[in-house]
Amino acid sequence: MNLRDILSPFYVWKRAFEKPYSINTLSAPRPGAPRYRGFHKNDLDKCIGCGTCAEICQNATIDMVPVREAKDGDSGLRPRVDYGRCCWCALCVDICPSGSLTMSNAYTWVEEGLDLDVRETYCYIPGHDPKPWDNEELGYQRPEGYELLDLKRIPMPHLHPEERLGSFIEMVKGYSRELAIMEADRCIQCGICTATCPAHMNIPSYIKAVREDNIAEGLRILYDTNPLPGVCGRICTRRCEDVCALSHRGEAISIRWLKRYLTDCVEAKDYTRILEQEVTPTGKNVAIIGSGAGGLSAAYYLRRMGYEVNIYEQNGAAGGALRYGIPEYRLPYDKLDKDVDFITSLGVNIHYNTKVGHDINFDAIYEKHDAVFISTGLFEPYHIGVQGDDLPMVISGLKVLADVTNQVPIELGNHVIVVGGGNVAMDAARTSRRLGSEVTVLYRRRLEDMPADKEEIDEAMEEGVRFIFQAVPTGIEALSDGKARFIYSLAEMVDQGDGKRPQPIPISGSRETLDTDTVISAIGQGMNFNWMDGEAFAKIKFGKWSLEADRWGQTSDTKVFIGGDMFNRTADAITAIADGHRSARAIDKVLSGS
Amino acid sequence: MDTQYPPIVNGASQYDLDSGKYVRVWQGPQHPGVTGNMSLELDICGDQVVWCKTHVGYLHRGFEKLMERRRYINCFPIVCRICVPEPDTNEYLFAAAVEDLLGIEVPEKAKWLRTLNLELSRLGSFLMWIGGQSGAFGMGTVAQWSITFRDYVLDLFEELSGARVYHMYMIPGGVRGDLPDGWKGRTLELMTRVEKLLDEIRHVMLNNAIFKQRSVGLGIVTADMVDRFGVVGPVARGSGMKRDVRKDSPYLIYDQLDFEAVTEDGCDAYARTLVRWREMYQSIELIRQILDRMPTEGEVHLKLPNVLHLKVPAGETYVRAESTRGEYGYYMCSDGSAFPRKVTVRGPSYCHAMSLLEHLIVGVNIADVHGLMLSLHTYPPEIER
Repeated sequence: MNLRDILSPFYVWKRAFEKPYSINTLSAPRPGAPRYRGFHKNDLDKCIGCGTCAEICQNATIDMVPVREAKDGDSGLRPRVDYGRCCWCALCVDICPSGSLTMSNAYTWVEEGLDLDVRETYCYIPGHDPKPWDNEELGYQRPEGYELLDLKRIPMPHLHPEERLGSFIEMVKGYSRELAIMEADRCIQCGICTATCPAHMNIPSYIKAVREDNIAEGLRILYDTNPLPGVCGRICTRRCEDVCALSHRGEAISIRWLKRYLTDCVEAKDYTRILEQEVTPTGKNVAIIGSGAGGLSAAYYLRRMGYEVNIYEQNGAAGGALRYGIPEYRLPYDKLDKDVDFITSLGVNIHYNTKVGHDINFDAIYEKHDAVFISTGLFEPYHIGVQGDDLPMVISGLKVLADVTNQVPIELGNHVIVVGGGNVAMDAARTSRRLGSEVTVLYRRRLEDMPADKEEIDEAMEEGVRFIFQAVPTGIEALSDGKARFIYSLAEMVDQGDGKRPQPIPISGSRETLDTDTVISAIGQGMNFNWMDGEAFAKIKFGKWSLEADRWGQTSDTKVFIGGDMFNRTADAITAIADGHRSARAIDKVLSGS
Repeated sequence: MDTQYPPIVNGASQYDLDSGKYVRVWQGPQHPGVTGNMSLELDICGDQVVWCKTHVGYLHRGFEKLMERRRYINCFPIVCRICVPEPDTNEYLFAAAVEDLLGIEVPEKAKWLRTLNLELSRLGSFLMWIGGQSGAFGMGTVAQWSITFRDYVLDLFEELSGARVYHMYMIPGGVRGDLPDGWKGRTLELMTRVEKLLDEIRHVMLNNAIFKQRSVGLGIVTADMVDRFGVVGPVARGSGMKRDVRKDSPYLIYDQLDFEAVTEDGCDAYARTLVRWREMYQSIELIRQILDRMPTEGEVHLKLPNVLHLKVPAGETYVRAESTRGEYGYYMCSDGSAFPRKVTVRGPSYCHAMSLLEHLIVGVNIADVHGLMLSLHTYPPEIER
């Protein structure tokens, strides 16, 4: 110790002349840093109520509570945060698939009501319960360059467009095991898709089965709600993917391809073993008219419930529009047969080449069975409705597709015009390309208005199909060399107001022509009522465009049910499957008297 | 003068508490001089400690057990709570262990940001400690300054990570975000001010006759005790042992930084204070080096598989890093499931506050007990994870 050590501490006196460090936060509140993780904010319009925030929260801070009306792609639930539990880690913000959840930079929250329950004063629904920081811009948001979700889809290997044109080989190659597991790993298992799927398939569970490589379990989950998974794994309209939570900031999970992967992994002979189920026969029987998606679905579930099932099919093979309306390059026949064969292996009888009203009387079926499920679909094509639409070179898209399936030789010529913008139009156009013709698609509206699947339009373009939009047909003239002259006028889109679809109105004086060998009309199809006569039908009420039925598909005759395209408006396979399943349960309820 | 110590028979002190010569007192768990929520059970004779037992358990939150039932991503917000004043070491080691088991390497820029974060938190932790160390010897003034400056460091953390204390910045795969605008300038400015503060602390604390008188010769840890007691960090370096994980087995980008392990030969509380005081300068220097040389471009986070169902391949790993208290280790064992099978946290305070303190405290004046504890720089939460 020396003198310096005694004097040195007096150095501290110098500090007495400095300004104090402390700040008065009451008179001059110090704002939080721009990134500060304060109280939650939520953009309720952006939020889809997927609950991933609640899923990742390690403190069980977040409850999903009903705030809005549920609709497709939105559960109507919104997160409620309990600040007695929150640790402000902000993982909820980081993982939010819609990007709606953020945090403010507020330090303090003062709430009146000491006499209230803490559940009222400690918890609030961000965005719904007004808070002072709702409109503050600053606060924690998911930083740039840091992402917990995998927003990029694993690309599906496809055949090259030129390879596709040479044959009807399936163009989608399918995921390998590694790719499927990687794709399944992206799923956050929120279940928004399940609510939207018409058949309410348990999508998160079967994706989990893919991820965990438990194929048998995955197949069982598929068959719980869908007896044609191999078909839907290829051609489903996949509204599930439209609403997928990941689609908000990135690409949706390839739900359809994962379903396909599950069915492709299991050989047909193993289906019986994996899907084994004990069935108690009820001694009752049900007739099903039409073996399309709806009919097969109803048949499967009724058979599982112990009913004897007879399907009457006018064609020589089952599948309806799946077989005769969808080209082989999208749905190979052996894959369809795999699903159908499993259903018939359970003891479902299919009477082929039996057209009701022609080969067998509906009344006879009605008498013989305890219930009847009608699912005959839409197979009457609409006409273009212009002069010359009855010329021999004008054929319907459905006929082209059916002829290809039936291996009837067809000659389309060098150039084909396809009229229409739906999936049938795309299928007909792409089939014509494969048969060697140049193809031009004419559509009344714009590209963005086309009802066809975006993927099909893109693939048609890849395959060299030409598109003319806003083209309204006005006539077809036969030319001397067996060709036809297609006359159309260009149209402009006129706004109809009130959120209605804009209408194409032909520009006056516009007249365009296109010479062609064949005109394929694919502007839609309707129901065929011709076969519906007899005593039984006399008692059933008809609606404007189909039979009248309640939401279970039950008509005014309690033992007659309808489903499929003749019942629902979406007219796709998965809705028909859902109809079949639902009506099967309704029939069971009626017949078992429960 | 007769020895105040009780007679030793078969290696143990023999004394009768009822004799009236000895008093058993409890220091803590609520005691301003005790570092955190732990307590010392002391038998004193006059004002000299003759026996001590360290008691912990007041802060037990069962983190290691909690982690066994949580997904890896959900362990991430937990681990920082194992050490309140310096949570970043835990964050880094947890992330490093997961990354090691996953077999991934974080992007280069993330490594620099992590190192920066670790050094800044070292500085913050030391600033808190020096306040305690001086306060333990009755100099609350230094504590007022240093805690203020710790708060300025926390301001920087708030800007960088969004939180002052539990930063939750180093996530498996990298870090959460790049430096905010203007942060570098504000940091460099604060470093200059901290340096000035440290210069002043030298005058009022290190060159203070009272501080010297009380700390020199207090709690002698000789070089041969280092390995026997498992002593690490500044305590070991205060005994002349050149041991620093950042140098001995460099992690992150420490091998690219220019620095030397700080050592002193005094072996006592004063030497340890000097080591830590010099290491604050070292941290400032390292922060400057990092800010100067850090890559401006590049990824800060590596895309992990979906964290909601991340399964880590079966295996085990041990990762270590240098904290302000010394070598900090994480042992992690995975059975291939979505939850860690076992995570063991090896906090340096365990040996310092349990065996070493119980040994050093014998014969110390009760007024110097706090100073001794602080010179060992113990944080109880890392004893009872």
